[in-house]
Amino acid sequence: MAEPTAKRQVTVPIMADLATRGETPEILFWVGCAGAFDDRYKRVTRAFVRILEHVGVNYAVLGMEETCTGDPAKRAGNEFLFQMQAMQNITTFDGYGIKKIVTACPHCFNTIKNEYPALGGNYEVIHHSTFLQQLINEGKVGVAGGGEFKGRRITFHDSCYLGRANNIYEAPRDVLAVLDADLVEMKRCKTNGLCCGAGGAQMWKEPEPGKKDVNVERTEEALATLDGNAAALDSLYGVESGNEGATPAPKTNAQNSIIAVSCPFCMTMMSDGVKNKERENNVQVFDLAELIATAEGLNA
Amino acid sequence: MTIQNLIFLLVAIAGIGLFVWQVRKIRANILVGRDREMSGHVGERLNKMLLVAFGQQKMFKRITPALLHLVVYVGFLVINVEVIEIMIDGIFGTHRVLQFLGPVYSALMATNEVLGALVIVAVIAFWWRRNRSQPVRRFTGPELRAWPKLDANIILYIEVVLMLALFTMNTADLKLHQLRGADMPGTFPISSLLTGLFPSNMQALEVLERIGWWAHIVGILLFLNYLPSSKHFHIIISFPNVYYSRLVPQGQFSNVDSITHEVKAMLDPSYQVPAPPVGPDGSAAAPTPFGAKDVNDLAWTNLLNAYSCTECGRCTSVCPANITGKLLSPRKIIMDTRDRVEEKYNSPLIFQPNLYGAEAKHETQEHLDKENHTLLRGYVTPEELWACTTCNACVEACPVNINPLESIIEMRRFLVLEESAAPNSLNVMFSNIENNGAPWAFSPSDRFNWADDLYMAEKETAAKS
Repeated sequence: MAEPTAKRQVTVPIMADLATRGETPEILFWVGCAGAFDDRYKRVTRAFVRILEHVGVNYAVLGMEETCTGDPAKRAGNEFLFQMQAMQNITTFDGYGIKKIVTACPHCFNTIKNEYPALGGNYEVIHHSTFLQQLINEGKVGVAGGGEFKGRRITFHDSCYLGRANNIYEAPRDVLAVLDADLVEMKRCKTNGLCCGAGGAQMWKEPEPGKKDVNVERTEEALATLDGNAAALDSLYGVESGNEGATPAPKTNAQNSIIAVSCPFCMTMMSDGVKNKERENNVQVFDLAELIATAEGLNA
Repeated sequence: MTIQNLIFLLVAIAGIGLFVWQVRKIRANILVGRDREMSGHVGERLNKMLLVAFGQQKMFKRITPALLHLVVYVGFLVINVEVIEIMIDGIFGTHRVLQFLGPVYSALMATNEVLGALVIVAVIAFWWRRNRSQPVRRFTGPELRAWPKLDANIILYIEVVLMLALFTMNTADLKLHQLRGADMPGTFPISSLLTGLFPSNMQALEVLERIGWWAHIVGILLFLNYLPSSKHFHIIISFPNVYYSRLVPQGQFSNVDSITHEVKAMLDPSYQVPAPPVGPDGSAAAPTPFGAKDVNDLAWTNLLNAYSCTECGRCTSVCPANITGKLLSPRKIIMDTRDRVEEKYNSPLIFQPNLYGAEAKHETQEHLDKENHTLLRGYVTPEELWACTTCNACVEACPVNINPLESIIEMRRFLVLEESAAPNSLNVMFSNIENNGAPWAFSPSDRFNWADDLYMAEKETAAKS
């Protein structure tokens, strides 16, 4: 791994500044509210910017001009508020002549890609997992030898809005594959993936009464999978949960194993779940962009 | 034409006529739903119907029930050949009229018999999975009350009776031929094993053959007329249901056009909102509410969904809310929709399921609103709706492409847009978006703070010249 030779400050290009200079960047990086405000996910935003800078992508962000896509309002039934937000954003996009948008949030991705066209907003929208996959395929991100994640056990938690909502299952797995890590799949993965519990505006409300929180259920599955704990998996899945086929990974006392996510809400829910299970000392939750930026040695 | 042929003809006409009459009622029930343009994409839709409905593609996510179901399904398809033969024989007084097919006939009869035996095995397995002391989890749940449980078992019993009638008919016929020293057209691998169990009295055999024949065809006609009252209606309606299922990504929720007009008019005062549709008598049609309060506020495809549900519970068994003990069960939403549409509009005439709603001995009973006896509140409680994470697991799991999520969102829209009845924390989220442009209470001026003091390592290899 190449030693960092220098540390430089990144000035993130803002769309409005470029426009005054008459420039149009190739790609708009849509940061999203979680990426801008959530302390944990800000680190993902910064990691992704480091990757964009590293590969020399011609990009810009909207900065303070960005506003909620309206996704949580729409999922909660507030179509009026959703459309107000969407129209506002479409006006902004079209004002800058934006054609291509990349985002690290599957909810923003789904909404802009699938729901803005009915309101007159048509863009090429890419989730950062697909974007990273393309960079890897083009050889722009190498992560020679897997970097510091080589051999570490990682399980990927599918985001509903990336997976079932948009059929993106392989891109995040292709990205993880370059880390040369010990990748293990949860039984409920891909089309059968279990939600983290935050979708559909659940992120902003208390769960209804029940016997368990969804994120705890999912974290228990992730931990039991990482640990290769067959007994814990059996008790989770019970009789005929379906999806036959997955066998537990070899049992280990997995130290420093990782739950990989690709969504800000999954990040919150899985991190809370790991804390709830008091495993934060040996299990970490990382986004794909953080794993790649770290493995590529871009952090400073 | 003998008197027997005449009786048969009348029975067949009555049976089929009654079925058509019942189907027309169901069609009327489905069409009370809101209009939704579904024309076009014929090739794509047919292809999906071929894969998902005819090809059982999504069943094979769970291999054991998929194989058991496949046996019964293929058995049903092949037995239709036999039914055609019985119909022709019955009307024209012929006997095994299709025997001119020769080896093809033998193959059909042999396949039919083997499948018939396998159907009995599969049905016993199905019965065991439902009725043992600890049934498969998805065959339990508060929405599986007395009627749905009985319905599931009645279907299994009828299937066994039909198969036994088939074997009675074939075995008696085979033995008659043997006693006469005649060659029986066709090959009957199962019945040939059973001839020893039958009497050697010609007269008794002739009676047995007739009993089997009549029991088989009358049983089928009765079963046909049971379908419209039963979850077993899926054997017919799941084909159009899959045909009309969504082609867009599962994450794409429908746009509400009436709101689009309002929003555009707000943003641009010169925008002309199209005139509301005019009723047939020239008066303006009653304004439709935002979202769905009752079944007629849902799209007709959502009601088609309700009639396609065979209550298998795959949706509920993968629902994160249900798995973790919340009240939400996607299957219940779909079953409630069918119960409510039959309560409000045409109910099936033959068997009246015990519609529940307010009278139900049900977990949600105490939450149900007896004043507002509509789908929303009268059957489905807001607590169920708010537990949904919109994860699409139920949609993905349904073998016949039912979409419970669409109905859930339509009812959420009614709660929020017509009643302002969202949970308070969601109202806070809404006002945050309105005021700060983010669902959390952060100042928009802090939105770009993430880029402060952002440093990165510059590797020699990556340094730009």
